[in-house]
Amino acid sequence: MSTVHPMLRAKRRREALRTLAFLSPWLIGFSVFFAYPLVSTVYFSFMKYDGFTAPTWNGLKNWSYVFSDYPFFWPALRNTLWLVVVMVSLRVVFGLGIGLLITKIKTGAGLFRTAFYLPYLAPPVAATMAFAFLLNPGTGPVNHLLGSVGLPTPGWFNDPSWSKPALTLLALWGIGDLMVIFMAALLDVPKEQYEAAELDGAGPWSRFRYVTLPNISPIVMFSVVTGVIQTMQYYTQPLVAGKVASGIIGGSGQQFEPGYPEKSTLTLPQLVYNLGFQRFDTGSACVIALVLFALSMAFTALLMRRRSGFLTAED
Amino acid sequence: MSGSTKTAAAAVAAAAAITLLTSACTGSGNNTAGDDPSKDVTITFWHGWSAPSEVKAIDANVKAFEKAHPNIHVKVQGNITDDKINQALRAGGPNAPDVVSSFTTDNVGKFCSSNAFADLDPFLKKSGIDPAATFPKPMLEYTQFEGKRCTLPLLGDAYGLYYNKDAFKAAGITSPPKTLSEFKADAVKLTKSKGDSYSQLGFMPNFHGYESTTTHLAAQWGAKYFDADGKSGVAKDPGFAAMFTWQQDMVKALGGFKKLEKYRSGFGDEWGAKNPFHTGQVAMAIDGEWRAGMAGEAGTKFEIGVAPFPVPDDQADTYGKGYLSGTIIGVANTSAKKNAAWELVKYMATDTHAVVSFANAIHNVPSTLAALKSPELDADPLFRTFVEIAQNPNSTTTPASVNGGTYQLTLQDFGYAYEAGKQTDLAAGLKGVDEQVDKDIAQAR
Repeated sequence: MSTVHPMLRAKRRREALRTLAFLSPWLIGFSVFFAYPLVSTVYFSFMKYDGFTAPTWNGLKNWSYVFSDYPFFWPALRNTLWLVVVMVSLRVVFGLGIGLLITKIKTGAGLFRTAFYLPYLAPPVAATMAFAFLLNPGTGPVNHLLGSVGLPTPGWFNDPSWSKPALTLLALWGIGDLMVIFMAALLDVPKEQYEAAELDGAGPWSRFRYVTLPNISPIVMFSVVTGVIQTMQYYTQPLVAGKVASGIIGGSGQQFEPGYPEKSTLTLPQLVYNLGFQRFDTGSACVIALVLFALSMAFTALLMRRRSGFLTAED
Repeated sequence: MSGSTKTAAAAVAAAAAITLLTSACTGSGNNTAGDDPSKDVTITFWHGWSAPSEVKAIDANVKAFEKAHPNIHVKVQGNITDDKINQALRAGGPNAPDVVSSFTTDNVGKFCSSNAFADLDPFLKKSGIDPAATFPKPMLEYTQFEGKRCTLPLLGDAYGLYYNKDAFKAAGITSPPKTLSEFKADAVKLTKSKGDSYSQLGFMPNFHGYESTTTHLAAQWGAKYFDADGKSGVAKDPGFAAMFTWQQDMVKALGGFKKLEKYRSGFGDEWGAKNPFHTGQVAMAIDGEWRAGMAGEAGTKFEIGVAPFPVPDDQADTYGKGYLSGTIIGVANTSAKKNAAWELVKYMATDTHAVVSFANAIHNVPSTLAALKSPELDADPLFRTFVEIAQNPNSTTTPASVNGGTYQLTLQDFGYAYEAGKQTDLAAGLKGVDEQVDKDIAQAR
């Protein structure tokens, strides 16, 4: 026989309900926006489902189609990895550099901050179209300028080996968000540490290496992880750039070529849309969505593990 | 967390998931048409036209319908893309359209096989309309999929040759070319280099050169995409290899791929005033019947000539043919007012007066046999050329496929690789296209 007093049991139940009530906003949010989509994505990745007729079991067919028969998957995966490595690291380095410069500037700092922050506010479609205009190999002012001083004139968005560097330039132009985060972190570094380092005879590089970097490393980590996740979801800019540069915007009887030129601007999210919403192949779209999910998790876990050695209790 | 809390949390999560799951799986519509089209009813009609003159024409057409059917009110929504159609038909609901039109004939296979559009056969039978006696054959072909007719043609598009008469005169060319060898000679004559670029190009043969796409050009060889068993047949049909060989020859004759690509990258928007044909940057172009009107609106300064696009020398007797496609119209399967919706579809697609006045207003090719012969049809010679191309028995279209235009994309992709010299073995490349197309179709079935 239980020794728990009935009143105590009632109290416990009340407490449990109260806990649940307080947790419920999170629980509902978690199940609606994370658990359910994830579970159903896994479910649909094994189904044949066009959105109109009821889903039917498809076994591993969607998986084998995506990995071995879908000609866009591997180029898109390679592009996504390229962008994750090159674009994210350049963005962090560039954002930190601009942040450092601006915190050092004594006069007109506000002006510079505004100048670097403004591009970030441009809507992605407009910014991409502006870049496609500036970088037009035939008529754009950038190549005109390069040509007039005798430099080579790249094909930018029209050349498969230049399209991703062009997208990277676009990403660096909109660096404002990272700059602000780094500026806040840099201004937070205790002044006495710099004074102590100076007294010990540390030069600018040593001060940066042994004072600044350790102090802002959690912020660097944050920007790398969020950058990786953002780049995994990179959709608008490569799609708009490809469409504008290819000249094919979908007229009568025209098929849009994803990833122009030569699949070089394809990213995995574009494939999810193409398969799921244009080809009605929800199953294969779910496979790619799961690949993206797994990649994001793997990258984040890897970064966190590498970082854990440096983390202090305060982090 | 105590045991009871855990159970409660799981129950909440499961309930939320089940609610969402069931709501997600109710997208399929019913096939019954139980509504009474003689009662007062409002239907929604989605179309893709957006230019002011086109919107005015379609509104006038709908007004005429409402006058003839005073009990049916039509809510018109223009500037709709296929992506929006796809989403709305999947979701259904009160805001989804009842009548839908689309410019992308390639999507008919998807629309029919997925039951997104209602089967029109019972409606045609009910109204005593025989499609074969009403619509031109190629248009009948691109509006059905594997015997299932879920759409009807709503005006058509034909492709032909546009040429700059002033540039022709200056180059001493007296008549439009009829064979591809004449065409090549003229294109070379009309090409004027300027530095490492051009001041005028005879023709833009690169596959990204707007309408000079693999599918539009292949129609001049009458090439067939699928064999009798429904397998991809581009390697078997000699037309495709001949088209690619011809295109490469043209690229070489006109200055090479790289130089042409660089020139192309400076072209204006295809649908805007700065289209390279309007600006005189190219002297000849393959394009649809709409170009003449657009050139007029853009204030083009030279005289425009049109003719059927030239044919291969060994098929000279088929001169007059071209690539055909068009707008399609159908009834959404999610619609609860299918009978009323059918009345609008029937009127827009089969009423001769409606078809002719709409064709005249937006200068698209009429899509019924009676309308094509109607004396009311605009006599403008530029427009008439396309009407004739549409009626030519050798004109072809791209067939409907279960996964839409995916097979065309695959062929197009190979075209880009081949013209850029990334793929040099034509026969192996076309075999690769066949394999890929078959794999994609197997996945979609």
